[in-house]
Amino acid sequence: MIALLMRDLRLSVRAGGGFGLGLAFFLIVTVLVPFGVGPEAEILARIAPGILWVGALLACLLSLDRIFQLDFEDGSLDLLATAPVPMEGAVAIKALAHWLVTGLPLTLAAPLFGGLMSMQAPGHWWMFVTLLLGTPALSMIGAFGAALTVGLKRGGLLLSLLVLPLYVPTLIFGAEAAARGMAGLANSTPLLMVAGITAGSVALLPFAAAAALRINLR
Amino acid sequence: MTTTRTKQANDRWNWLWEWANPVKFMSLSARALPWVTAITVVTLVVGLVWGFFFTPEAAKFGSSVKIIYVHVPSAMMAINIWVMMLVASLIWLVRRHHVSALAAKAAALVGVVMTVIALITGAIWGEPMWGTYWAWDPRLTSFLVLFLFYLGYMALWAAIEDPDTAADLTSVLAIVGSVFALLSRYAVNFWNQGLHQGASLSLDAEENVSDVYWQPLVICLVGFVALFVLLLLVRTRTEVRKRRVHALEMRERMSDA
Repeated sequence: MIALLMRDLRLSVRAGGGFGLGLAFFLIVTVLVPFGVGPEAEILARIAPGILWVGALLACLLSLDRIFQLDFEDGSLDLLATAPVPMEGAVAIKALAHWLVTGLPLTLAAPLFGGLMSMQAPGHWWMFVTLLLGTPALSMIGAFGAALTVGLKRGGLLLSLLVLPLYVPTLIFGAEAAARGMAGLANSTPLLMVAGITAGSVALLPFAAAAALRINLR
Repeated sequence: MTTTRTKQANDRWNWLWEWANPVKFMSLSARALPWVTAITVVTLVVGLVWGFFFTPEAAKFGSSVKIIYVHVPSAMMAINIWVMMLVASLIWLVRRHHVSALAAKAAALVGVVMTVIALITGAIWGEPMWGTYWAWDPRLTSFLVLFLFYLGYMALWAAIEDPDTAADLTSVLAIVGSVFALLSRYAVNFWNQGLHQGASLSLDAEENVSDVYWQPLVICLVGFVALFVLLLLVRTRTEVRKRRVHALEMRERMSDA
């Protein structure tokens, strides 16, 4: 499993596209929003947690189809299915690899980009914490969506249509926790809910995703 | 061998699984259709005519109150159809009855139309009452999210060519989607409370209406349920026939080759 993780990480870093692209997309979204909304610092600071969360979510969505698609096309997914590693484990590892190259950089960059949105002091910290708790769920839900659409020729658009509704609860609680934290309010309830969604997704969705993969490989 | 047969004969639910046999389903549903059609027409005509023309206008709402005879039943059906799809998907995954998968597929379109009707009638009602067609009220928002779930489910059905793979994958999606749809419902409640405390726009119709409005509403509810069953039977029959046509075409192509 560690070999699989290392392979996926190496592939995503060296094959180009996946690693930097999501981060660059996130930066562009953060830069574009002030152009659209106007440069007033108060407005930007108020919508910053929401914008950063939506940006991170979309950046995460960009690279989802790469989780299984390339492996499916060159046949290594069939090898994985027949390997002694259980399919559920392989799915979880691939989602982890996706998180390490997308979710984690986004989490680290978000406080920095928060500066662009004139975010105030405790906001950076809460951005970091909520994304750290929430992005693993995004990767895992995304891996499930990617497993559903892996056999399709033009699955990309369908993938986003399937995955975005599933992202709704994570986004709501994550952005709410960040916004409340920034405003200095008590935010432990949404924070716990984000953590709960992540824990539940990581625990249960590998089974659903592995079932979907098995159906697709049949 | 004999033990399994007796076990099956003793199965209390045998009458239900009879429907899972496509041939039995076709003959049973053909016999049920006229009855269901009659119930649908009678309840809908009685309920809607009674509701629209023979109920007094409410003091606060004027005649706009009468939209609840369409709005409430369609909203109820929108949710219940999703639940029915979930149950049908589970039956397909566990017992591999094709009729079950096809019924889930057939129900999705009815469900999405019910969701749209609920949203549109709600908007029409909301404009004179709240002064806006749309507000990010928890109920409205969760219906919009439900609409998105229906869209994704139907898109997945449409995208996969092999019917059994499509049935399997959409069933998995229905199960996972149900969990997340439920989660969204509570998330949306939470989110809106966080924005404006206590300022609830939603009117809990069932608690607010008096008997004058309640009786035709119940008839309308029955009518919408019957309408759904009617549409479901018709659409499932169509799907079964489409399967048969497909099978015949395949057989013809095989014999040609």
